[in-house]
Amino acid sequence: MADNKKNIDEVQKEAMKGPRGRGKGGVIKKGTAKRVIKMVRSFYPVMMPLVIFLIIFSAVVSSIPAVFTQNVIGLIESNWENGSWEDIKSDVFKYVMILVALYVLSLIAAIVFNQLMAVITQGTLDKMRKKMFGRMQDLPVKFFDTNGHGDIMSYYTNDIDALRQMISQSFPQLLQAGIVVFTVFCIMIYYSLWLTIVVVTGLAIMLFITKKIGGKSSRFFIQQQQQVAKTEAFIEEMMTGQKVIKVFNHEEDAERAFDQINEKLCEVSNNANKNANILGPILNNVGNILYVVVAITGSAMLIAKVPNVSISALPLGISIIVPFLNMTKQFCGNVGQVSNQVNAVVMGLAGCSRIFQLLDEVPEADEGYVTLVNCKEENGNIVETKEKTGMWAWKHPHSADGSITYTKLTGAVTLDDVDFGYNPDKIVLHNITINAKPGQKVAFVGATGAGKTTITNLINRFYDIADGKIRYDGININKIKKGALRTSLGVVLQDTHLFTGSVMDNIRYGKLDASDEECIKAAKLVGADDFITRLPDGYDTMLYNDAANLSQGQRQLLSIARAAVSDPPVMIMDEATSSIDTRTEQIVQRGMDALMKGRTVFVIAHRLSTVKNSDVIIVLDHGKIIERGSHEELINMKGQYYQLYTGAFELE
Amino acid sequence: MYKKLAKSIREYKRDTLLSPFFVTLEVIMECLIPFVISNLVNNIKDGAGMNLVLKDGLILVMMALLSLSFGIIAAVVCSRASTGFAKNLRKDMFYSIQNYSFENIDKFSTPSLVTRLTTDITNVQMAFMMLIRVAVRSPLMLIFAFFMAFKLGGKMAWIFVVVVPILGFGIFGIALKAMPIFRRIFKKYDALNSSVEENVKAIRVVKSFDREEYEKEKFNKASGEVKNDFTSVERLLAWNGPLMQFCLYAVMVFVISFGSYLIMSTHGRELDVGQYSALLTYSFMILSSLMMFSMVFVMLTMSREAVERIVQVIDEKPTLANPENPVMSVDNGSIDFEKVSFKYSAKAKKNALSDIDLHIKSGETIGIIGGTGSSKSTLIQLIPRLYDATEGCVKVGGRDVKDYDIKTLRDAVSVVLQKNTLFSGTIIENLRWGNKEASIEEIKEACRLSCADEFIEQFPDKYETHIEQGGTNVSGGQKQRLCIARAILKKPKILIMDDSTSAVDTKTDAYIRAAMKESLPETTKIIIAQRTSSIENADKIIVLDNGRINAIGTHNELIESNAIYKEIYISQNKQEKD
Repeated sequence: MADNKKNIDEVQKEAMKGPRGRGKGGVIKKGTAKRVIKMVRSFYPVMMPLVIFLIIFSAVVSSIPAVFTQNVIGLIESNWENGSWEDIKSDVFKYVMILVALYVLSLIAAIVFNQLMAVITQGTLDKMRKKMFGRMQDLPVKFFDTNGHGDIMSYYTNDIDALRQMISQSFPQLLQAGIVVFTVFCIMIYYSLWLTIVVVTGLAIMLFITKKIGGKSSRFFIQQQQQVAKTEAFIEEMMTGQKVIKVFNHEEDAERAFDQINEKLCEVSNNANKNANILGPILNNVGNILYVVVAITGSAMLIAKVPNVSISALPLGISIIVPFLNMTKQFCGNVGQVSNQVNAVVMGLAGCSRIFQLLDEVPEADEGYVTLVNCKEENGNIVETKEKTGMWAWKHPHSADGSITYTKLTGAVTLDDVDFGYNPDKIVLHNITINAKPGQKVAFVGATGAGKTTITNLINRFYDIADGKIRYDGININKIKKGALRTSLGVVLQDTHLFTGSVMDNIRYGKLDASDEECIKAAKLVGADDFITRLPDGYDTMLYNDAANLSQGQRQLLSIARAAVSDPPVMIMDEATSSIDTRTEQIVQRGMDALMKGRTVFVIAHRLSTVKNSDVIIVLDHGKIIERGSHEELINMKGQYYQLYTGAFELE
Repeated sequence: MYKKLAKSIREYKRDTLLSPFFVTLEVIMECLIPFVISNLVNNIKDGAGMNLVLKDGLILVMMALLSLSFGIIAAVVCSRASTGFAKNLRKDMFYSIQNYSFENIDKFSTPSLVTRLTTDITNVQMAFMMLIRVAVRSPLMLIFAFFMAFKLGGKMAWIFVVVVPILGFGIFGIALKAMPIFRRIFKKYDALNSSVEENVKAIRVVKSFDREEYEKEKFNKASGEVKNDFTSVERLLAWNGPLMQFCLYAVMVFVISFGSYLIMSTHGRELDVGQYSALLTYSFMILSSLMMFSMVFVMLTMSREAVERIVQVIDEKPTLANPENPVMSVDNGSIDFEKVSFKYSAKAKKNALSDIDLHIKSGETIGIIGGTGSSKSTLIQLIPRLYDATEGCVKVGGRDVKDYDIKTLRDAVSVVLQKNTLFSGTIIENLRWGNKEASIEEIKEACRLSCADEFIEQFPDKYETHIEQGGTNVSGGQKQRLCIARAILKKPKILIMDDSTSAVDTKTDAYIRAAMKESLPETTKIIIAQRTSSIENADKIIVLDNGRINAIGTHNELIESNAIYKEIYISQNKQEKD
């Protein structure tokens, strides 16, 4: 792992230069909103139009009652001094009945809408998560090497959350408020053009203020996000190094540095919150003032007897001004709601934009067509079988003549003049030629960055070579399906990774259909059975959090057992024992030796003692093979290996 | 618990109190405005003439401006109070952690401390902001609007007495039912995300075993479960909106029909048209503030766990304290362990160290060796009083370590920890952790001793090279040598290296030891090592086994007489001999 760290760092730096904008408040790609809508529609082709219909319906329905209320008021106004209840009773009840009908409709719409929304929101999130995860699994290892784990996790937490906010709240509210604004606007024109102009002018001022303050506040919010990230990084660093801080009496310095960064965070988030908070009262009260302006203008026009211009052609009267006042309120309220959602929409779209970025990543290409099948030998010919025989063959269809050839899986791996660079313009491996015969042990030795791990990354096609050929049993590995290639290669890495689940589950990961007996046999083979049976629940002991409850040596033994159960003809051992102390290493080494028997093995090891008994030792330096041979041959050569062995050079 | 939290408000007390005060004023204004509006409407309707309309209009504009000012002030002080409170809280936590002993640090894991200092604080900040603004606003609004509705509408307002409890019952009932479910789902959701994290970390394993499809299936199942749970609880919550609408509509229908009757039958004496529309406004205010209040209630309850976690950190008492009349200097580098036993916590069944008797003279070089779990690191951590011995007494310079000023002691005892860290900053900045005033010559000398100078000089920026967080841009061996240099710069009386050269090649390792022996003759040097070659030349070698001293002696003595030492020696030298 450490071997290609430097190269990966370079790839990472390259990637940073790209358009990726995490932490900068997010860059929203054009067409994101459209794509979100399209996506949701593809998930819910019936429900989504229905929901949109319901939003429009209830928006329209909720703006109409004002009209009927006004009718009732008008009725009362013209009668209250002289008339009696009996006179208008039937009319009032007629209106009330219409109102009740409208309300019932609106209530039903609201219930259906809310229930559907819950289903759509969670369903979309679920489908989106699955899409993301599915795509992520198919991405090349390069993606994981070049993107921080925190960044990747952020897709599933922050970005999904932004998406939820947008689908469940921002979009529906925007739509609803927009429609109400439009409907009310139409009604207003119906009554009076002059007053409408007054309201719209007021609205323009309101929008201007919103944009001013809202824009400022979203800028501050971005600043806040950046400062939060900085603070978190600082806290993380300090907490990780807390013991070092104590040992060096550095507490006070840490406190001072923290105070500085904490003050800054407070200042920035105060700015952000302040601006967001004052938006509400401003919008509210501009609405109130607008109300007064309309009232005064209306009254003035009434007194001055200004002729009304309207679609309804009604003369300007109290029966117009009063409903107008209510509509002004409604109008302002909804515009306010729109502006409240602006921030959320911007943040939501930024999140969606990033999600789409992940979905648009190009998956690992696999043009391989050679597959791995069970086989048996009949009269010297290899025949494919359905049942398990323990014997495997490469099934190689030839497109030229439609014939199929079978090649027995033996584990011969050859590299022929291979060049490779993580970046096309920076080659890190030059002219690598290696010939590993079945059952041979090949060791790589060399300093950090010499390219040891890189070579193994090429054999299992985590990365693809730039030039040259790699052949597996004589077949170019580019022709082999990646899945088949990788199952035929067992890998044990320095960093062990185990999964949440029982010990048995973890061993079975190597071969999903393995029986319990097979798993136990594998554990016994590598010498893991001993400690497993001493665990509280034996093979059923649950492992959590990367098996933090086991020692490093025990974890490594489990990962070796996992490789053993998959029984591959070729093994790659990358620094499998370097983080284990020498006493434990002896135990693990026994397991490894048992596993390596009869297989082609590539070993990368920090301690030269581990590689000494290899058939071939390859010494790498800056991506070139500088020496090769058996231990004795290399010692006699008195070259680089000899110097390494005698401790004249540092190996990391 | 909340009382303890409140201590962190301090200088923001004024703002914290002002916020509800101005919110109250704002609410009063907001509730009066519909009242004036109803006057205005009546005046317009009565054709009262421009004067009265203008007068009401002016009052209304004044009130709106007042309400605006109160609103803005409330917003500003509220934001200042809540962000300031969060700042103080974060500071209190951080400072409290700085006072932790190793034992305290062990109790909380690093990621948990990070979460508490970040996410939890953010949650509490949000809750606090709600508490001093919305949590004041919504009940006040409810009360004032209620009051106004009664004042204006008289009998009519009784409808609220019927409707408010219905709505209140409904939404609080839903909230109470949903909350525990939410808590449970959030745990599931966290588990889902941590399984993604596990997958991302282990992607090489996943791909090596060709398990992409298997992982997808596993994830899809878990994600589907989370979806089902979330959907059912959200569908429950989805009744809130319609319930609120239902109540509002009920009030409207009631006001319109009964109100009309009232106006007509009393000819406007009990109720007039202006009041009638004001009533409608108040009904909306009352119901929406009730809705708001239930949201606040949920938010505050949800933040409870964050509060608990924060208080735990602040409340944690450091297990080590300075003595009353501390000794402010350390005479020499001699070390004595007298019948020392140690266990990591009072509850632990097994001692990590038992019956340690050990006497080291100033200036000696001591090697410590033993398998994993033999408590090598534990032993040396008692010397700078990173932990206190459970029984017996540890002495440095002839005095009990508990008598010293902790800072003085730790300045005299320099430890290169096994799990060491460099911090983001230049090499010089990192090295000056050892001694803030160290001159460049002193720094270079320390680097020469630790063999760090050779690679530093090769960096283009030399001593100004930037080290990234966690020291990820230098190799393991380079990191170790920088950590040794940093420790040497302290000019300690005792220098302890806990497996500090494991990634350094044997030759450099030997060179470092020789350089230290020569240049730091007065300093007591303790070396914990995996390799016998690292401690061969020590004056004394201590073999630890299972927390007990198995043997003490020189290399030659031990190789003759000690089984453990011999086994380690042979296992390491077997290959090199044959």
